[in-house]
Amino acid sequence: MIRLTDLTKRYGRFTAVDGIGLEVPKGELFGFLGPNGAGKTTTLRMIAGILQPTAGTVEVAGHDIQKDPVAAKARLGFIPDRPYVYEKLTGAEFLRFVAGLYDQGGAGVESRMDELLALFELSDWKDQLVEKYSHGMRQKLIISSALVHRPDVIVVDEPMVGLDPKGQSFLKDLFRQFCDRGGTVLMSTHTLEIAEAVCDRIAIIQRGKLAAVGTMAEVRQQTESHGQSLEQVFLKLTGGAELRSLDGVFGD
Amino acid sequence: MGCSVTEGWRASGLGPQAAALPGPGILRVLEPKWRTARARIRQERDGIGGKLLLLFLVGGGFWSGTYVLMERVLRYLKATPEVGPLIASKILGVALLSFLSLLLLSNLITALSSFFLARDLDLLLSAPIDWLRLYLAKLGENMLHSSWMVVVMAVPVFTAYGVVFDGGPLFALVAAAALFPLLVVPAAIGAATTTILVNVFPARRIRDLLTIIAVLAAAAFVLALRLARPEQLARPEGFRSLVDFLTVLQAPTSPLLPSQWAADMMMNWFTRVADPLPIVLLWTTAAAVVVGGAWVHQRLYTNGFTRAQEGGDTRGAARVQSPVITLLLSPLRPQQRELFLKDVRVFFRDSTQWGQLILIAVLLVVYLFNISALPLNTGERLPLFVTVMVIFLNLGLTGFVLASIAVRFIFPAVSLEGRQLWLLRSSPLDMRGLLRSKYWTGTLPLLVLAVVLMILTSVSLKAPPAVVALSVGTIICITAALGAIALGYGAVYPQFETENVAQIPTSFGGLVCMMTIVGLLGLIIAIEAGPVSEYIQLQQAGQPGGTTGLMVGLGIVAVVCAVATWLPLRVAMRKLEQMDFEP
Repeated sequence: MIRLTDLTKRYGRFTAVDGIGLEVPKGELFGFLGPNGAGKTTTLRMIAGILQPTAGTVEVAGHDIQKDPVAAKARLGFIPDRPYVYEKLTGAEFLRFVAGLYDQGGAGVESRMDELLALFELSDWKDQLVEKYSHGMRQKLIISSALVHRPDVIVVDEPMVGLDPKGQSFLKDLFRQFCDRGGTVLMSTHTLEIAEAVCDRIAIIQRGKLAAVGTMAEVRQQTESHGQSLEQVFLKLTGGAELRSLDGVFGD
Repeated sequence: MGCSVTEGWRASGLGPQAAALPGPGILRVLEPKWRTARARIRQERDGIGGKLLLLFLVGGGFWSGTYVLMERVLRYLKATPEVGPLIASKILGVALLSFLSLLLLSNLITALSSFFLARDLDLLLSAPIDWLRLYLAKLGENMLHSSWMVVVMAVPVFTAYGVVFDGGPLFALVAAAALFPLLVVPAAIGAATTTILVNVFPARRIRDLLTIIAVLAAAAFVLALRLARPEQLARPEGFRSLVDFLTVLQAPTSPLLPSQWAADMMMNWFTRVADPLPIVLLWTTAAAVVVGGAWVHQRLYTNGFTRAQEGGDTRGAARVQSPVITLLLSPLRPQQRELFLKDVRVFFRDSTQWGQLILIAVLLVVYLFNISALPLNTGERLPLFVTVMVIFLNLGLTGFVLASIAVRFIFPAVSLEGRQLWLLRSSPLDMRGLLRSKYWTGTLPLLVLAVVLMILTSVSLKAPPAVVALSVGTIICITAALGAIALGYGAVYPQFETENVAQIPTSFGGLVCMMTIVGLLGLIIAIEAGPVSEYIQLQQAGQPGGTTGLMVGLGIVAVVCAVATWLPLRVAMRKLEQMDFEP
């Protein structure tokens, strides 16, 4: 459902994403891991069609996001890491607006909205302006908006930020069930326990390049980290496994 | 137990170091701002040549035009014995009063953002910064944001005064010494007023309240200026005697206001009068207002800031959509309909936009009031020059009013998407669709307003039907073009990071956009001047004909405007498609 071929993004001389090749098949929940500044968000934004790649291609559900953006984006739901939404719309208006962007409207959308708002416990807030929502509520609204048009693929950047434990647990179940029913999720996260618990496969990106790709077992094998936790594997691949002396920070 | 985290931190030996740090100075507090500005210039270095050239052409053209106009008027006045210099002084007083009012208005609007809602405040307030330094730094920042346009406008005016009245090179220092306190006073008053209001009214309502206060103040000022009819000073025959006229001229416009002191200070320099009172009054008042402002800040700021962070009011905001609107929009596709509805909702729920809308309404009332005072409908047979001038004055002014509206409301359209652009870019909406929606949502209401305004003013002027038709046709072409120009510049120079919508039109892009539209208006007037003059001449001579010329003129204008519509929209679309947006 998602295919990246030699995907590259450069900002001047700095290469944020360096020739990534990746394939996420239908029904898979794929975790995209990496330290800060490794190129996760840039990759996800290129997949969502927000950023233009410097080189390489992105295919979503068989459609090239550059050559056939409308068809590719119609199958995709994107959830960004920061919940920026129109402050002066109500929750219901925002969902209706997003459905409209996908050219969907009418009674079907209204009942879908009610379903999603109830699912995310936002029904009581649906007629309130978004400016009154908390961070977590905004995040829930954005997740609802990514589902309102019934996408086949969800690309999600740090979905757990701002959610309470109940919300996080619910979201894990939601993504799992979405994939079990044939959907595809590409999720970036810093929460390694979540990646370990729900992802079918993971990729670890470091300095714009893929350092490892596969199931948990395959990644351990690739990195010769048998029996180690994902955190240990992650630190081994991305550096920082050794405990640094903090004398410089806390000392005189 | 009993040892707080802070105490523990101090006990660890880390605290005293922090406490021993000297408090950051004002420049340090403002450092992120100027570093951001510098970084932005560096990032845009590739296109900076073109931008500077544009700024040079536009700014130079504006300054030269204002200077030449002022110099001519002042030379004429200087040559008029007795009353000339008095009128010049009066004009300076009125100009400075206008500056003071504008400054007070813009300081009131921006102080809320600078002092209470800016994103850097969390960091600054958690740092060991002395309250006075924070106050002075924020006051300076607020003053800079609110005043730069007034300073830009003041330079050619003051230069013309200095040249005509032989002020000499030192006059620049005198003008600066007069202008600086004039900038400080409204900045400190604006900050103090905002601080008091934030302490009295619920936080989120304060912006609404401030906008309303500011708009009412502006409306009262504009209307008062119009109703006072300052142009009567140019017609001494309206006074009963010369003594009456001289008495009016010699009386200061507003003796208790800093603007009058600044005017007196400059005029004293020209007339070589050694009177230290105006300068003493100006500077002591500025100092007193800053001290007063600091006092208010010290006592009320912390509480006000806390209140400003509290949640908004809990009024239900959603209103059921009118069935009429639902019916009207039913032929549209869901995508077009929802984009339109979103833009309308966001616009009308933003109190800042409302404030601007009221300001524009005031501008329209003043404009219609002025047009009705023009001499075309007095029944007298007027010279050809006057008739043609009034017709084009109306066309130019209507265009200018429409340009102001376009720059206020259409130019910010792309900027306002800002942080939500991720949503539009990741949806199947193509940029052509977005641009089309933005263009028509902004331009259609403007088009209706343009036609109504042109018909009203043309009828008020009793213009011949052929000229009315030409004017209406022309204004339709102009409106189509200026909607596209405003949207185009808005896409090329977006302001995604702005904290105040009202500041978007006063950005570099907004300024250049306005100047471009004024240039287009000048070009169109130049194209139509010949055919209209010929037509009026034939009409006044009682001969038929001339309409072919009018039609040819309108045809050329239509072609020019078509290009001026197509080109900016094309540039905007390319810009939007290529834009890499990182929130």
